[in-house]
Amino acid sequence: MSYDYVLETRDVKKVFPGVVALDGISLKFRSGAVHSLMGENGAGKSTLMKILSGMYKPTEGEMLYKGVETVFEEPVESIRLGISMIHQELSPVPHRSVMENVWLGREPLIKPTPFVDHKKMYDDTKKLLDDLELSIDPRTIMAELTVAKMQMVEIAKAVSYNSEVVIMDEPTSSLTKKEVEHLFKIIRRLKDQGKAIIYISHKMDEIFAISDEVSVLRDGKFVGSYDAKDLNTDKLISLMVGRELNDLFPKVQCPITDVKLKVENLSSAGAFENVCFEVRKGEIVGFAGLVGAGRTEVMETIFGMRKKSAGTVSIDGKTVDIKTPESAIKHRLALLTEDRRQSGIFPMLDVKDNMVMAVIDKYRNSFMKLLNHKQIRSDCNEYKNKINVKTPSLEQKIMNLSGGNQQKVLVARWLLTDPEILILDEPTRGIDVGAKAEIHALITNLAAKGKAIILVSSELPEILGMSDKIVVMCEGKITGMIDRKDATQEGIMKYATMSS
Amino acid sequence: MSGQMKFKQFLGKYGIYLVLVAMVFAMSLMSPVFLSQDNLLNIVRQVSVIGLISLGVTLVIISKGIDLSSGSTLALAAVMAASFGQAGDWAAKMYPGIPELPVIVPILVAMLVGTVVGTVNGALVAKTGIPAFIATLGTYVSVRGLALLYADGRPVSTLTASYQYIGQGYILGIPLPVLLFALMALITWVMLNHTKFGKNIYAIGGNIVAAEVSGVNVQRNLIKIYMYAGMLAGLAGLVLSARLNTGQPGMGVAYELDAIAATTIGGTSHSGGIGTIQGAVVGALILGVLNNGLNLMGVSAYWQQIIKGAIIVTAVVIDMRKNAKKK
Ligand SMILES: Nc1ncnc2c1ncn2[C@@H]1O[C@H](COP(=O)(O)OP(=O)(O)OP(=O)(O)O)[C@@H](O)[C@H]1O
Ligand SMILES: [Mg+2]
Repeated sequence: MSYDYVLETRDVKKVFPGVVALDGISLKFRSGAVHSLMGENGAGKSTLMKILSGMYKPTEGEMLYKGVETVFEEPVESIRLGISMIHQELSPVPHRSVMENVWLGREPLIKPTPFVDHKKMYDDTKKLLDDLELSIDPRTIMAELTVAKMQMVEIAKAVSYNSEVVIMDEPTSSLTKKEVEHLFKIIRRLKDQGKAIIYISHKMDEIFAISDEVSVLRDGKFVGSYDAKDLNTDKLISLMVGRELNDLFPKVQCPITDVKLKVENLSSAGAFENVCFEVRKGEIVGFAGLVGAGRTEVMETIFGMRKKSAGTVSIDGKTVDIKTPESAIKHRLALLTEDRRQSGIFPMLDVKDNMVMAVIDKYRNSFMKLLNHKQIRSDCNEYKNKINVKTPSLEQKIMNLSGGNQQKVLVARWLLTDPEILILDEPTRGIDVGAKAEIHALITNLAAKGKAIILVSSELPEILGMSDKIVVMCEGKITGMIDRKDATQEGIMKYATMSS
Repeated sequence: MSGQMKFKQFLGKYGIYLVLVAMVFAMSLMSPVFLSQDNLLNIVRQVSVIGLISLGVTLVIISKGIDLSSGSTLALAAVMAASFGQAGDWAAKMYPGIPELPVIVPILVAMLVGTVVGTVNGALVAKTGIPAFIATLGTYVSVRGLALLYADGRPVSTLTASYQYIGQGYILGIPLPVLLFALMALITWVMLNHTKFGKNIYAIGGNIVAAEVSGVNVQRNLIKIYMYAGMLAGLAGLVLSARLNTGQPGMGVAYELDAIAATTIGGTSHSGGIGTIQGAVVGALILGVLNNGLNLMGVSAYWQQIIKGAIIVTAVVIDMRKNAKKK
C-alpha cells in the first residue's frame, strides 16, 4: 500500500477539565525526515505526542498511520505498529539493569520454555549500545548511571524498537553538548534508514541543526508548518510567542558591593573537594561544567541537604553552620533544585500550595495560627502573572501543568521566600524562549536589588549571557574562574574538560 | 574504590545473612539445646507456614502493593480443605454423607480457595485502582467472616492420615512442610528472576508508567501477583491444618503481619521495585530463630513481642540507609 505520509493527524482536539490542550491540529509526518515541533510551555506538544503514542485518546479528530485511520486503545498498540517514544517526564525503572529496561515488556525467551533468555538479552543490548557507540555495561543498574547516561539508554531503547516513527520529547534536556552531538548522529542515521523522527526541544540551535521541517503550535492551536531552510531564530521565536521578543539575556550591569556568601575549602567526601568561591551582593556567579561535575552537590551542601566533610561557609562575614534546608531558609538562602520531579514539585498538590510551600509560616494568622488564604491567593496571583505561569487556575494540580510551567511555579516558590542568596540550579531547563527571557529578566532584577545569585547551568549561552563571574568545575574540583569580560565558550569548555 | 566502601557494599548485600549467622551463634551460646538437630528441624518446620506466605507477599510488595488478607485466607483455606479431608470414621464430620476423599482433594481445595481470594484482591487493585492496603483490608475482614461462617465458628478436625502427613510427615528425615516451603521458594525464585512475569513485577513496582508505555499489561500482571500470593496463603493453610490435625476459622491471626515482617527484614522495599526471595526466606528464618531462641531462654512472651518489633524496625532502618542516595 502506498502513502505520502507515514503519520498524519486530522483536526485533533484534546480537552482536559478546564483546558483545551489541543484545538484542531492537523499535521503530516514524512518518512526519512526530521520534523520538529516548537511551541511555548503548555502549547500542547507533549499532549499531541501522547496521543500519537496511544497514551491519551483524542477528544475529537482522527489519526492516520500509513494512510489508514487508527485508534490506539493502549500504548502497546502504537509500539507494535511501529511508533516509539522518548517521554519528556518519564524516568526508567531505577533499580533494574540497563538491559532489563531496554527489553521491558518484550523480554526474549528461551523457546519453548517460559524462561527469559538473559544471554540473548545481554548480547542484544551490548550490540545495540555498541552500535550506537555508547559505552555502558548492559548489566549496570539504571539508578547508578548519571542522568545523561540514563537518557542515552532511553534513546537506545526507543531506537531498539526499530520503529517507523520515533518521537523524541525534549530528549536533550539533561544531555551535555557532546552527547547531543552523539544523539544527532543517531538521528541522522535513523533518517537515512527512512524513519520519521518527531523532535521536540526548546533549544533553537538544536532545531536548526537537525530539522528538515518545523511545525509551530501556540496555545493548542496550529500556527504553521515550515521548511527549516526558510526559517531563522527570530522568525521562529515570533511564530512561537506571537510577538517580537526582545533581549534573551537582558543583563544589566548593576553595582556589586560587599561579599555576601563566602565558601572556603568546602568538601563532601566522594562528591567534591576544596571548593572556594565568594558571591557579592548584586553579583551573579555562574557555575559551568559538564553534567556530573559536582556543581549540584556543592549547592546541596551549602543548602544543608548534604553533609560536608570539611570547609566553612560564611554569610556576611560570619561563619554559619547550616545542617538542614530549614536553617538555610532561615539564613535567607533559596535553592531551586535541578531535579524538578524528585525534589521539587508536590505532584498531587495544586499550583497555589506548591508556590507557598517554603514560606507557609508567613501566612499564619495571629488568630489561632490558621492560614490566611486571601493573602496566599493574592501573592500567588502576583507571581503567576509576573512570570507568566500558564494554568487554568491556581487550584489546578501541578501534575497537570506542562513541564515548563511546573518549573515556573518552582521559581515562584523561591522568589516568595524573599531570599538574600538565591541558588538556581538549571533554572531554565525545559523552559521556552519567551519564559526564559522572563526568568533571566527576573534574575537581573533581583541582582539589581542587591541579592547574591548563583546560577548553575549547562547552557553556555546562558552562563555567558548572565554571569558576572564564572566558576568552572570538573570532576568535583574547581578548575577555573573567569571574569565576565574574558569569558568565551571555548575558554569554559577547556576548564570543564580539564581533569586533574 | 576504597576498602571501606567495598566493606560497606558487602555489608549491604550480605548483611542480612550475617545477622542470621550471628543470631544462630548467639543463641547456641546461650542455650545448649538450640543447635540440636531436633530443635533446628523444629524451627524450620515452624517457619515454613509464615515462609510460604511471605514468598507471595514478597511479590506483592515488590509490585508496590501489600496483602493484609493472608492470615484470613489461610483460615478459610484451612477450614474448607479440612472439611474435605476428614477421616471416614469420625462421627462429627462436616459432610457426613461423603466417603473419605483422597488427599489430592483437600490440597486442590486449599489452593483454589487461596487463588480465588487472591483473584478478588488482584481485581480490586487492578480494576478499581483503590490502594492495595484498602482492598486487602476489606478481604482481610470479610474472608475471616467467611471462614467463621463456613465452619460455623467451630474447628473442623480429625483429618485423614495422608492429610496429616502433609504437616507431620518426613521425607529423608526432613519435615514435609520444610520441603514444600523449599520447593515453593525455588519455584518463586525462578519465576521472579527468570520469567517475563518476574521482570514485569519489578517494573510495575519500580515505575508503573514506564511499564505501561513499554507494553506491559499492568492490570493482568497485578491480578496474577495477588492470585499467586493467595494461592501460597492457601497452601500455608493446608500445611497448618495438617500439622495441627484441625482446620480452625480462628487460625492464622496476624500471620500476614509476620509475613510482611519477614519480607521486610529480608530487604524488600515498600517503595517498590526492590526485593528478593532469598531475602524473604532469610527474613522468615530470622523471625523463627528469634522466636525459638527467646523461648528456649525463657524470655516472657511479652518481651518477645517487644524485641520482635524492635528488630523489624531496625532492619528497615538499616535497609533504608543502604538504598538511600550516597550522601
Ligand atoms: N493530564 C492533564 N490534565 C489536565 N491538563 C493537562 C494534562 N496534561 C496537559 N495538560 C494541559 O495541557 C496543556 C498542554 O500541555 P503539554 O504538556 O502538552 O505542553 P508542552 O507543549 O509539552 O509544554 P512544555 O514545553 O512545557 O513541555 C497545558 O496547559 C497543560 O496544563
Ligand atoms: Mg512537553
